[in-house]
Amino acid sequence: MNTALSTPKSQAKSRFWRPWMNRLLPLVGVLVLFGLWWFVAVSGWVNPVLLPTPWTTLGTLLTALTTGTMMTDLVASVGRTFSAFLLAAIVGVPLGVLLGSSEKLYRSVEFLIDFFRSTPASALIPMFILFFGISNLSKIIIAAFSAFLLIVFNSAYGVMHAKQSRILAAKVMGANPWQIFKDVLLMESLPQTFIGLRSGISIALVIVIVAEMFIGTQEGLGKRIIDAQQILNVKDMYASILITGLLGYTLNVMFLLVEKRLIHWSGK
Amino acid sequence: MMLDQPEPQTVAPPEHFISIKGLCKSFGNAVLYDNFDLDLPRNQLVSVFGPNGCGKSTLINMISGLTPFDSGEILIHDKPIRRARIGYVFQNYREAMLPWLSAYDNIAYPLRVRGMPEHECRDRVATLLNTFNINLDLKRYPYSFSGGQQQLISILRALVAEPEVLFLDEPFSALDFETTLFVRDKLQEIFLTTQIPMFMVVHNLEEAVFLADTILLLSKRPTHLVEMVSFDAPRPRTLDTLSSRPFVEVSRHCLDIFRQEMRK
Ligand SMILES: Nc1ncnc2c1ncn2[C@@H]1O[C@H](COP(=O)(O)OP(=O)(O)OP(=O)(O)O)[C@@H](O)[C@H]1O
Ligand SMILES: [Mg+2]
Repeated sequence: MNTALSTPKSQAKSRFWRPWMNRLLPLVGVLVLFGLWWFVAVSGWVNPVLLPTPWTTLGTLLTALTTGTMMTDLVASVGRTFSAFLLAAIVGVPLGVLLGSSEKLYRSVEFLIDFFRSTPASALIPMFILFFGISNLSKIIIAAFSAFLLIVFNSAYGVMHAKQSRILAAKVMGANPWQIFKDVLLMESLPQTFIGLRSGISIALVIVIVAEMFIGTQEGLGKRIIDAQQILNVKDMYASILITGLLGYTLNVMFLLVEKRLIHWSGK
Repeated sequence: MMLDQPEPQTVAPPEHFISIKGLCKSFGNAVLYDNFDLDLPRNQLVSVFGPNGCGKSTLINMISGLTPFDSGEILIHDKPIRRARIGYVFQNYREAMLPWLSAYDNIAYPLRVRGMPEHECRDRVATLLNTFNINLDLKRYPYSFSGGQQQLISILRALVAEPEVLFLDEPFSALDFETTLFVRDKLQEIFLTTQIPMFMVVHNLEEAVFLADTILLLSKRPTHLVEMVSFDAPRPRTLDTLSSRPFVEVSRHCLDIFRQEMRK
């Protein structure tokens, strides 16, 4: 009921349309960007060789995905990202929880973690190449290392900042240290752990793409982007950038959805 | 329906449900308690009132074994704290519930940590709800209940393992007026039915007097007991109690003492 004058019919109409309009709001920015892009592309300000129109790019994206080799590259990059992520999570979460549950233990490695967290992971790539060569494993390990730091830090932080009152509550209810650990500390750390996991997979993707460009590989989106740029196949370059962005976005949304279902109590 | 085998009763039941001798506690250089003694008559509801920061929470936490103390002795029903079965209701129910567990799992938690089989837990919780006429959908998560219901759930959780003493640290202070009345009545009903002695910190003088058999008035730090005031109006106490002469007199008396204390 927005205005006194609106008829029942128009009210019903607005009630029907409003939710849809709200849901479509995020698309506005996308449309504006594509509009601008298209405008610049056809205006002649930029050499058309450097900037194809959005529609051409989307067309290239579709054909490359369905008939070309882009799918192979996508699968390769996704595979590396997930392997790196899993490796990082399997080692990082338990280690983080362990570090977090002992103040002394954490303090003793805090500087190391903070130092490596502040070092751009890409700066470490040459070092990793020395150790692991230019193999597939090498790329996975570099990405896993970066994700690992974020995951360890966040899990430890989550455990360390567990609400004291809940620990006391469990204690007074007769829980032993192990029960307090698994029923309270671990659960308390989950929201923060998930933040670590989500940032972990994002950084893993970033590093995988960079490593693919830098180290070289047979297949992978990073390699595809740099190759397309080298031979001035700009349509394919833009299409590959788009699909990489979509991939990153999808990963993030996926994690947010899982997080929302699993950590139902967060913020309540 | 006892959790552990009852200990063989050799002598008469203990005279005091809590007895404290020579308790000392400091935080750094700040002395909170110095040689503090206290004996609380058995089966009573005792409320504690005192100036802000005088150490009420610290006291209740030391007696319930949550905070260590420097020296002295605390006995619950003549036993050391760790051998007593304790129920504790926290001031902030939101931060004391385990929000990842359903209300049912929260209430049953004290039973589970003792390794009680699931079907027995279910019976226990059901009996508890029946006894106090509580109708809540316990499959829901704690945060989906109203404040009063959440505090009621945490009281049930504190009761489920049949404690021999119930501690409550400002159980009403996070509740609005209406819910306070509701939870307070339930608490009185619980006290009348179970006869469990209760030790309750309260931040409002009328609240302290209303339910209590004994009101402890504490001083500023270093904290000592200024006076133990008795209030023996019949139970159940109702809104009429609030305007009865004994209640008004006892409240006035407590207020006078409190004012004198603050002037010191
Ligand atoms: N862990 C701690 N370390 C240092 N000082 C503390 C600690 N816990 C409490 N104190 C101090 O001891 C004093 C008593 O605290 P306590 O919480 O027991 O008081 P209270 O009577 O419950 O206060 P309130 O009315 O605010 O609930 C306060 O001055 C507080 O700052
Ligand atoms: Mg307090």
